[in-house]
Amino acid sequence: MLNLDFSIFTWSLVQDFIVKGFVFSVTLTAIATAGGVFFGTLLALMRLSGLKWLDLPAAFYVNVMRSVPLVMVILWFFLLVPLIIGQPIGAEYSAIITFIAFEAAYFSEIMRAGIQSIPRGQIFAGQALGMSYKQNMTLVILPQAFRNMLPVLLTQTIILFQDTSLVYAIGAYDLLKGFETAGKNLGRPIEMYLLAAVVYFIISFSLSTVVKRLHRKIAIIR
Amino acid sequence: MAMDWSVFCKDTLDGNVMPGCFGHGQDITYLDWLLSAWGWTVSVSLTALAVALIVGSIIGVIRTLPDSPGWVRFGNGWVELFRNIPLLVQIFLWYFVVPALVPPMKDFPSFILVVLALGLFTSARIAEQVRAGIQALPKGQRYAGMALGFTTPQYYRYVLLPMAYRIIIPPLTSESMNIFKNSAVAFAVSIPELTQYALQVGEETARPIEVYIAVTILYAISALVVNRVFAWMEKRARVPGFVAAGAGAGGH
Repeated sequence: MLNLDFSIFTWSLVQDFIVKGFVFSVTLTAIATAGGVFFGTLLALMRLSGLKWLDLPAAFYVNVMRSVPLVMVILWFFLLVPLIIGQPIGAEYSAIITFIAFEAAYFSEIMRAGIQSIPRGQIFAGQALGMSYKQNMTLVILPQAFRNMLPVLLTQTIILFQDTSLVYAIGAYDLLKGFETAGKNLGRPIEMYLLAAVVYFIISFSLSTVVKRLHRKIAIIR
Repeated sequence: MAMDWSVFCKDTLDGNVMPGCFGHGQDITYLDWLLSAWGWTVSVSLTALAVALIVGSIIGVIRTLPDSPGWVRFGNGWVELFRNIPLLVQIFLWYFVVPALVPPMKDFPSFILVVLALGLFTSARIAEQVRAGIQALPKGQRYAGMALGFTTPQYYRYVLLPMAYRIIIPPLTSESMNIFKNSAVAFAVSIPELTQYALQVGEETARPIEVYIAVTILYAISALVVNRVFAWMEKRARVPGFVAAGAGAGGH
């Protein structure tokens, strides 16, 4: 039996290795959620526009993104983005672009379901009031759709937070990488992997508990 | 940017293009290697899927057992544990931590460790679906089984599960497609599967775009085949007159 030694896990170790990774993981999650929701909403509107030339490319994009493993998408972007913009780009920036593009596909499916869950009468009511398409969407449909979809959106954000660990493939310095580097430098990888699991678990579990509570709250008001 | 697909016909050792694209004897081409990598992806995924279906079904059933709060709590804890740790971290746990804590597991091949990681990770999701499937059935089904004098295992086996599984075929389909996609994470512990192939051969041949395209297409084909197999199963298993919950069709 191996004896575990957690005494190396001190505040200075956290400062040296973990904080930087944690900040990147959280930033990546936040930017990818914001960007993903924005572009995902655009994709959803394209798919629901009823115009073939908007619907088909959006559907193609979403289906391609959803049928490729995230790790491969990360590798693809790390390869292609520098070729397209013509200069090298760090793993961190590449990861941010990748996650926005990838999550947009998933968020668009959530948004599409959310928009479709709004009764048709709401759209007609907006039209009857003389609202333009844009007014109808931003003032009537989308606020309700966002509210309906909030628990699912947040659950997807928790999944996204866990998925950020996959930037391992291109060597970006995230939370997991922080623990791994600390483990390698101090010769205690086993303890560090365990601690990484504990930290990810605590964050994801408490967030999902909050989402569950929120879900119940929204359900009662409806 | 011109594509050069002949890269797949090259010998992996000397880089000469082999006639017929496949290697002979000891000499293998990148195409041979690609197919072997696909084989690894498929075998990791299918074995993990088997583990996930078995464990997930057991945990899912446990969570719906009547009058056994202890078991229900165990099942809920299982799901939370495996759902709230990223798959990559779980793979590292199985690969580095578990063998250190459980010495006999040191001799396990990495294939088994990755299958356990991927299988148990997915078991939490399948347990959730099985539970939802069972709870989607009217309560009367359970009582009818009890009233007929079935034991608990009997009414699960003959009354609840046959219908519950039919209801959850659509989410099971997407979870089975996910397992193929998630198997890509096995690259992190050097399983010679498709993503590992993409990384290694992309660098070795300096033709990453062609290599990535081939790998991406193979992932898409795998997902498509899984999708078709489940669609066929759904059709075969359909009970006449029974419309699965969520199918959206009207009627009573």
